[in-house]
Amino acid sequence: MNIKDMARTCQWETLLEGADANAITSAYTSDLLSDVMANAHDADLLITIQAHNNTVAVASLAGIKAIVVCNDRTVPDDTLASAQKEQIAVYRTQTNQFETSCAVGKLLQS
Amino acid sequence: MNRLPDLSPEKSPLTLVEVIYSTTIREVMSTDPITVERNTPMSTVQHLMRDHGVSGLPIAEEGRLFGIVSVQDLIEALQQGKLNVPVSTCMTERVVTLEEDMPLSMAISTFSKYRFGRFPVLNAAQRLTGIISVRDINVTLVNRLLQQVSKFESMLDNEVTPGLELNRVFHTRQHDFENGGKASTTIKKHLVDHHVDRSLVKRIAIASYELEMNQVVHSIGGTISYRITPDAVEILVQDRGPGIENVDLALTEGFTTANEWIKSLGFGAGLGLPNAKRVSDEFFIHSEPNVGTTVKVVIHLDKKQKENAT
Repeated sequence: MNIKDMARTCQWETLLEGADANAITSAYTSDLLSDVMANAHDADLLITIQAHNNTVAVASLAGIKAIVVCNDRTVPDDTLASAQKEQIAVYRTQTNQFETSCAVGKLLQS
Repeated sequence: MNRLPDLSPEKSPLTLVEVIYSTTIREVMSTDPITVERNTPMSTVQHLMRDHGVSGLPIAEEGRLFGIVSVQDLIEALQQGKLNVPVSTCMTERVVTLEEDMPLSMAISTFSKYRFGRFPVLNAAQRLTGIISVRDINVTLVNRLLQQVSKFESMLDNEVTPGLELNRVFHTRQHDFENGGKASTTIKKHLVDHHVDRSLVKRIAIASYELEMNQVVHSIGGTISYRITPDAVEILVQDRGPGIENVDLALTEGFTTANEWIKSLGFGAGLGLPNAKRVSDEFFIHSEPNVGTTVKVVIHLDKKQKENAT
């Protein structure tokens, strides 16, 4: 499923638009960046409450194409600037990590 | 009189700190100093000082140091008409000395502490091997700093290297989360641009990022050096302290000394070093409390990889 369609269906707020071509086939949920580094493997989407520059750095290093920031957390401008540079899409949702993961899981299974 | 600046590690630029801590007195001192024996008359001392333009002479016999005689001592001898007496009666016997293996920083602090213009340098066997003056230090510092400046300038020029091979040094500062990950991201891009296999890039990125963030989170700052050859990627991280009390414990998954603030940023779960070690082909760590930690990681680029890489 492409990331734009997923964001629209889940009603995420778009902070930084992803490319149409960015297909999401798997996701990883974690707030621990070392854990993301070690275990996110081939995930395309990161579901997290961590919204700072290092989240972008980890996503970039781990090959993650999009980040969903949960619980309506604030995303600093410099983080969005970094994400733009790394070509990583950033979305925000009011739901928590569990609810967001369930929604993404349903979409990926259907 | 101008005073030497405060060269303590906390207050100096990292480049300078590296120079004064990594350079030994042996590399700075003048070797084969002109010496005189104990029974040499002061008149000879006067001639030697004038002919060689030195303001102090060590008194030594077969490498054993007995004292030092300065221009000041010579003037006093002149005033008292004692030019024919042996130097041993005019010399300073309790000499402050330095040792060859000490870092340059030690010489600088010794010069700040005492008002002498030079210090004799001894080797491990306590034999006189050189003499160090403020001039020696100035010449070395200027040379080393010029080398560093040239290195930085060439780094700026060579942001884009044509081939896979690369040597690059990055600096980290304590709790500088803003720039944390910059080194790893830059290196990852370089590897991807040169078609290094994705799974290898991933492993290198993990090791690099964990070590980089360890420096940002735990150390007072340091350097990360990358050496990329067609055979391997070598990452050398060195920090200036505080060092790890128990390295085995630090390599245990889940062990952490991070505070709550650091944990709230998603770090400090005690996974860093174990993660870095797990993805590395070679892993070496040395740490000394109050001195610092050095980690060297090597990840081999296999044969198939070498064929792909351009």
